[in-house]
Amino acid sequence: MVKRFGEREALRGVSFEASPGELLAVIGPNGAGKTTLLSILAGIQGADGGDVETGDGAVGWVPQQAALYRRLTVEENLLLFARLERHEDPRASVEEMLELTGLGERRGEIVARLSGGNQQRINIAIGLLSRPSVLLLDEPSVGLDPRQRARLWEFVAGLAGGGTTVIFSTHDIQEAERYGNRMLVLADGEALFDGAADELREAVRREAPEAADRDFETAFVAYLQHQGH
Amino acid sequence: MRWLLLKDLQILRRSPLQAVLLVAYPVLIAVLVGLAVSRGPEKPRVALLNEVPSNARVSLSGKRLPSANVQRRICAKVECVHVDSRAEALAEVESGSVMAALILPEDLVNKINSLATLSPGTPKVEVLVNESDPLKASVVDDKIEALLARANLTLAKRIAVEGSRYLNLVIEGGNLPVLGGGIHILGLEASAHILEAIEPALPPGPLKVALSQVTDFARQASENLDIAGPLITRLAQPIAVEKVAVGGSSPPLETFAIAVAATFSLAFVAVLLVAGSLALEREENAYPRLTRGLVSTTALLGEKVLLGIVVGLVVTILMLAGLTIFVPLEWGRFALWLAAIVVGGASLAAAGAALGAAAREVRAVSLLAFMVTLPVAFLSLVPSGTVGQGLYDAIKVITALFPFKPALEAITAALEAGNGGVATPLLHLAILGLAYAVIARLALRRFTRV
Repeated sequence: MVKRFGEREALRGVSFEASPGELLAVIGPNGAGKTTLLSILAGIQGADGGDVETGDGAVGWVPQQAALYRRLTVEENLLLFARLERHEDPRASVEEMLELTGLGERRGEIVARLSGGNQQRINIAIGLLSRPSVLLLDEPSVGLDPRQRARLWEFVAGLAGGGTTVIFSTHDIQEAERYGNRMLVLADGEALFDGAADELREAVRREAPEAADRDFETAFVAYLQHQGH
Repeated sequence: MRWLLLKDLQILRRSPLQAVLLVAYPVLIAVLVGLAVSRGPEKPRVALLNEVPSNARVSLSGKRLPSANVQRRICAKVECVHVDSRAEALAEVESGSVMAALILPEDLVNKINSLATLSPGTPKVEVLVNESDPLKASVVDDKIEALLARANLTLAKRIAVEGSRYLNLVIEGGNLPVLGGGIHILGLEASAHILEAIEPALPPGPLKVALSQVTDFARQASENLDIAGPLITRLAQPIAVEKVAVGGSSPPLETFAIAVAATFSLAFVAVLLVAGSLALEREENAYPRLTRGLVSTTALLGEKVLLGIVVGLVVTILMLAGLTIFVPLEWGRFALWLAAIVVGGASLAAAGAALGAAAREVRAVSLLAFMVTLPVAFLSLVPSGTVGQGLYDAIKVITALFPFKPALEAITAALEAGNGGVATPLLHLAILGLAYAVIARLALRRFTRV
């Protein structure tokens, strides 16, 4: 895929595949093109070059900032989007999502009063209403505390375990290593690496040996610098 | 679309303060503007020192006016504060408790009465004005000039009548009352008859020729001075005013005030609500999620316009229903009201959508909508002739580009028969509504950027 904003190339021929049940982490520094990539996959923006093939299933999209109506309750938000998705039985879908997110007890609460973690769970639940075979999560753990983050990833891992392909973006290398099966490293719109976490560690050791003994994040930054970013 | 509309109404219900402000504020402004346009300026407070003796009477052309009439006429035009001396009047003016003082001197009536005599005097009144405030000074000048002009006109008419009476006496002859008695005036006509009777008895010669000339003069004078009477009468008011209403009928002030109040409410509710609601979709990050196959951008825009129409209609109808307590309205024209409010609301809501697409934050959009709507609404109330022609032309163009003025025209026409047709403003509103919808649709393209 290629995407340009005026003179600037946001994506320079990025290409990859993801399998059912796979958790693909798209990592890279700020401005690497992660959000642009996911928004093109979601159909929010068009690409200037390249195609997206998603098979038969729907593509669910969970934007970086929760796309919710904060003055509506949890249930009202889910019901609205279920209705807009034209579900045959929207109330049954709401019940299903409330059970999945574990927010059944808080269904009547105004979203604005929920914690960031719970808002993100509803944000994801709305993304799942279309019963997608591919779920795109744009930096889903931003702003969450470690406990909320752990609960979120447990929830996402459960989805992947059910066969959903999950593609998530993050700039946290340790989070990507911990929760992703595979990593796609982007920098300045360019795909630098596509492979498993162990392979990335090996590549980092190879390209930036002087930082090999440091922590993974430091070594990764050195790797990016060696790659000219 | 209905689920989105339901969602917006739920959000509005969840924000009672916002909803109350959205409805109450325009209604408050509407009532204030309605009051302002339906009531003239308050009467200025003027100190009145009436030194004219209570038994003095204005007597012109045989007509006697009670002096209280003069005072009552003055006090009908200004709020009179009666004072007992010139010093007190001066103090009142200096302290600012009155805008001016009017002093009617003791000899005013005598001087007025002398206008109809052979030795007329010059009646004078004294006006004390505090000119520290130029605006107040201008108002007082205008009021007092108008009062004096009216008084002068009344007196001039009476003097003209008296002048005509004297002229008739010269032409036709009669008794001239003087000091309780009377002097007989022969008159030009009788003089001519006498001279004509004498003329044949005179022998031919220079005396007969001279008498013939005097007889001719008396006859010609009596015939031609006849036309001087109407001329003298016209002198009192040389220019008669014949008012012809052109450029459409003017609605009664009360109806216009109600229409202004209703249009203000409709405009603020529709523009602010739609602009804010559309910006909220972006502020809540919901816009890309919604338009990613759930609803089209056009459908979303349509839903917002519908929201503006529904809420605007409810608020405006409730307001009109409330106003019927004070002013009777023609409920038989309800269908026309409905058409004017719905089409006006749609056009205003489309303008709100165009504004709502201009910014990301609800607060910024609300401020923008307010900053656009309020001045345009006030400009729409500027009557022709009150500003320079060039400026008025510019105002006409600006107000024609925003739906407030055509909505006001449509609602005014719908409220009462004889206030012009509804069709033209409705067509104007429909064109503006479509244009704003297109602008909003184009502006919404920017929303897709994440």
